[in-house]
Amino acid sequence: MRLPGAIETFLTEVGRFFEILWRVVAWTPRPPYDPRELVRQMVKVGVDSLPVVLLTSLFTGAVMALQTFATLKRFHAESYVGSLVALSMVRELAPVIASLLIAGRCGSAMGAELGTMRVTEQIDALEVLATDPVHYLIVPRVWATVLMLPLLIVVGDAVGIAGGYLVSVVYFGANPVSYMENTFQFMDLGDVTSGLVKAAVFGLIIAVVGCQKGYFTSGGAEGVGRSTTRAVVLASIAILISDFFLTKVLY
Amino acid sequence: MTASPVKIRLEQVSKAFGAKVVLDRLDFEVASGDTVVVLGGSGTGKSVLLKHMIGLLRPDAGRVTVDGVDLASLGEREITTFRRRFGMAFQEGALFDSMTVFENVAFPLRRARRGRAEIEARVAECLASVHLEGAEGKMPAQLSGGMRRRVGFARAIALAPEILLFDEPTTGLDPVIKAVIDELIVELQEGLGSTAVVITHDLDSAFRIADRIALLHRGRIVAYAPPEEFRALDDARVQQFIRGLASGPLTD
Repeated sequence: MRLPGAIETFLTEVGRFFEILWRVVAWTPRPPYDPRELVRQMVKVGVDSLPVVLLTSLFTGAVMALQTFATLKRFHAESYVGSLVALSMVRELAPVIASLLIAGRCGSAMGAELGTMRVTEQIDALEVLATDPVHYLIVPRVWATVLMLPLLIVVGDAVGIAGGYLVSVVYFGANPVSYMENTFQFMDLGDVTSGLVKAAVFGLIIAVVGCQKGYFTSGGAEGVGRSTTRAVVLASIAILISDFFLTKVLY
Repeated sequence: MTASPVKIRLEQVSKAFGAKVVLDRLDFEVASGDTVVVLGGSGTGKSVLLKHMIGLLRPDAGRVTVDGVDLASLGEREITTFRRRFGMAFQEGALFDSMTVFENVAFPLRRARRGRAEIEARVAECLASVHLEGAEGKMPAQLSGGMRRRVGFARAIALAPEILLFDEPTTGLDPVIKAVIDELIVELQEGLGSTAVVITHDLDSAFRIADRIALLHRGRIVAYAPPEEFRALDDARVQQFIRGLASGPLTD
């Protein structure tokens, strides 16, 4: 029996996702370990993404303050802007927006890099040289992304809250002391950690999807282009869908 | 058949990609110490044949044995170790483009956990045998096509393999570099005393380097003989290939 094309494609992608994930888990404890490569990938994903995360988080926090200030003013509830900005940033906006950007930055890079290695036979060469390509290429990328995303999001949380503070205090003239008080009034540690758990899961999705699209590339330069685009699109969709379910489970 | 024992044997090997049958119950033997050239037009599955010999592809049916060991009987880890007996040179070199020439050639040695001093000595030796002394620090992107392939050769011979596989080593190179590469293949094969399988559609190369020549057509080996006999074979397909005719049994 043949399945309709779209369903078959969907099932193939899901199957490959779990195949790669499984091979990453299975190969992780096996030597030889390559800490230098892990650090190299962590720098690529973490340090190099920092400017983008800083900039987008700052403006997301600022826009949140602009929007909510105008709205809450109608109910004379502008004193709650701080809480609203902080909770939205920490629980939802910082992890999701930063992850989408990193999917575009790093997921695409992984798709392109591994895709090029596939079509130029470098992945075959690895196998011939007695090296498992999943172990050598994918394990460090996945771990680096899973470890670095929560760290980036912590920074994003802080910068987003700062953005909201700037707009409220400097632009709308809110009282700085009571704004800060209000920011942390309703927030507990669970709000922050659940955002970080989300970030780690999104990191896993970005890296596995990016590597998967690259690893299974076929069809030359055009194929690499297709893999790169698909890596970003699929990872972004997966992030948004899993965000719904994670939010449901975590709160 | 030659007196020397069989190194690589393919029995009734079939392989299809989707509906496209590439290898069709193919039988083939490579004798130990021989340099065998497999000829065939573009897209006849020469690379697929080569990738079966080293277990990069698994046959849908049939058996591939190397030194009497069935590749299908080896597990994931065993085949990894088994592959150290092989050196494979890829079409465009397939160098790791994030690494220098030195690191590329050192790669198999590092994976085999050789000592630092030994690695340095062996890399220098391998680069010397492909006439690329002093290229250690270059990146693959800085090299010409011919040089990239030679670095690929150096990487393939690093662990002094018993079997050398060459995938279209001279395709797309100018005639002089081609002759250089051909000489190099013979030098490397004789230097290591290994068995070599060369895939090509280049007749000049084939007659220069081969102990035996095979012709692959429609998923099977249709002719297999030493060069002079091969040239004289009374087979319409062989003659069409040798003369490069547009019409004949190969194109029907």
